[in-house]
Amino acid sequence: MIRCEQLTKYYGSVRAVGDVSFGVGTGEVAALLGPNGAGKSTVMRLLTGYVSPTAGRVLVGGVDVAEQPVTARRRIGYLPEQVSLYPELTVRRYLAFVGEVKGLPGRVRRRAMAEVIERCGLGEVADRHNGKLSKGYRQRVGLAQALLGDPAVLVLDEPTVGLDPVQAVEMRALLRTLSGRTVLLSTHNLVEASALCSRIIILSQGQLVAEDTAVALARRLEGAGRLLARVDGPPEAVAEALAALPGVVGVERGQPDGQAGVPFVVLAPDPEPVQRRLAGAVVAGGWTLLEVQVSPPTLEDLFVRLVGAGH
Amino acid sequence: MRSFVALFRKELRSYFGSPLVYLVAAVFLAYAGYYFHSDLIYFITFGFGLNIMENFWQVLFVDIRLVLIFAIPLLTMRLLAEERRLGTLELLLTYPLRDGAIVAAKLGACLVVVATLLAGTVVYPVLVFRVEPFATGPLVAAYLGLFLFAGVCASYGLFISALTDSQVLAGFLTALPLLLLWLLSWNEAAAATGTLPLVRAISLFNHFQPFSVGVIDLRDVFYFVYATGFFVWATLRVLEARQWRGRR
Repeated sequence: MIRCEQLTKYYGSVRAVGDVSFGVGTGEVAALLGPNGAGKSTVMRLLTGYVSPTAGRVLVGGVDVAEQPVTARRRIGYLPEQVSLYPELTVRRYLAFVGEVKGLPGRVRRRAMAEVIERCGLGEVADRHNGKLSKGYRQRVGLAQALLGDPAVLVLDEPTVGLDPVQAVEMRALLRTLSGRTVLLSTHNLVEASALCSRIIILSQGQLVAEDTAVALARRLEGAGRLLARVDGPPEAVAEALAALPGVVGVERGQPDGQAGVPFVVLAPDPEPVQRRLAGAVVAGGWTLLEVQVSPPTLEDLFVRLVGAGH
Repeated sequence: MRSFVALFRKELRSYFGSPLVYLVAAVFLAYAGYYFHSDLIYFITFGFGLNIMENFWQVLFVDIRLVLIFAIPLLTMRLLAEERRLGTLELLLTYPLRDGAIVAAKLGACLVVVATLLAGTVVYPVLVFRVEPFATGPLVAAYLGLFLFAGVCASYGLFISALTDSQVLAGFLTALPLLLLWLLSWNEAAAATGTLPLVRAISLFNHFQPFSVGVIDLRDVFYFVYATGFFVWATLRVLEARQWRGRR
């Protein structure tokens, strides 16, 4: 449904995206993952036709976005990174305006509005002015306007960024209900990408680093396990004991954070058995184990795996 | 087309939904009313029996145009600057709308407001006609000239509004050059002989003059239409600059 072919975009002499090719099949939910400045937003803007590529092309449902921008845009619902709404309009009036601009005739528009208001949980605030909404609700209105007209493709740029944890959880729950559509969402949160998407496309410095299913990517991350342990004991002796444990490849001492004990980061490809041994070693040393947990791999871990520590 | 109408209607709604338009209308009509009153008294006192078109209406229309030069920037300054400041421009530019439709809807809505302001001044000829009937044909030409002149000012204002996200700056940068272009040939004696033809060719005043005495010269019509078209074209180029600027 979405096909990017050798996309390159220069802003002046600055290359934002270079030779990026990937595809997203019909009904697939894919994530564009990468740190800030990786070129995610530029790819999204190329997809929506907001900017045109310097080289290469984007096809949405077989339509070249640069050649037939209006036709292509009819198939795309877009949620930009910064959701900006007309503050003087109420949510309902704003959605009516978007429906009209998207060319929905009266009755269809009213039905579509009722549907997205319900789906995005906007019933309570539908008659409130956009300018008076919380960030969480603004983001939902942003999603609602993207969903209006039932576009075949949804392009969501960092849909959970800037939301508080509760709002982010609600937004993710909302995004999960979108299955069945073709969705490309960008994020810099690996956990979010794996939780929501079946396929992950990784960008770094404007280039495609990896493109794989979430499952295959998780497999690649096996061995990037880490344990966070907090031990009350002499730091040097504890670090030495932990480093000597079978299965541990490295120990880093964390900064004292005012809480009891000393935090350690234990690098272990397979963290589960190490967790047991670690507890035993601490007790054997006569110290106290205050806390131990397996830390989920982060985007940084993935990047170290994929492209080396330089990123 | 439906998309264009939707945006056009939204623009009209935000004009008439904001107090600014009513304030501009009140000030515009107060000034126009004042000029009508003082120019009429002057005509009755010193020009009675002379041609009313040349000695009264022309003077009044020149004065009204001056008020328009200050009123139009207040109407155009928010058109794109506000969208840019809020960040709504990015979404607007990703809807199934051509850039041209966005520019046309905004300019069209602004011209509807200007036409409404001008319609408020029609009461003056109606009043005069009831007291002393006169040939109304030349007045139609004068109104056409005023509207074409407003078209140039509004399209220039839209262009400036596309360049900045500050409404105040957009307003100033629209009003001041328009005033200069207006004054350029005000005192022809002060212009150097060599530059006078050029000054006359680009001066808004010179091209409006024939309209105000009831003469529709196609060259003047083209001047206003081309100037409006040029600023619409320039606005579209500014919108396109997102292609290489990298920001909205």
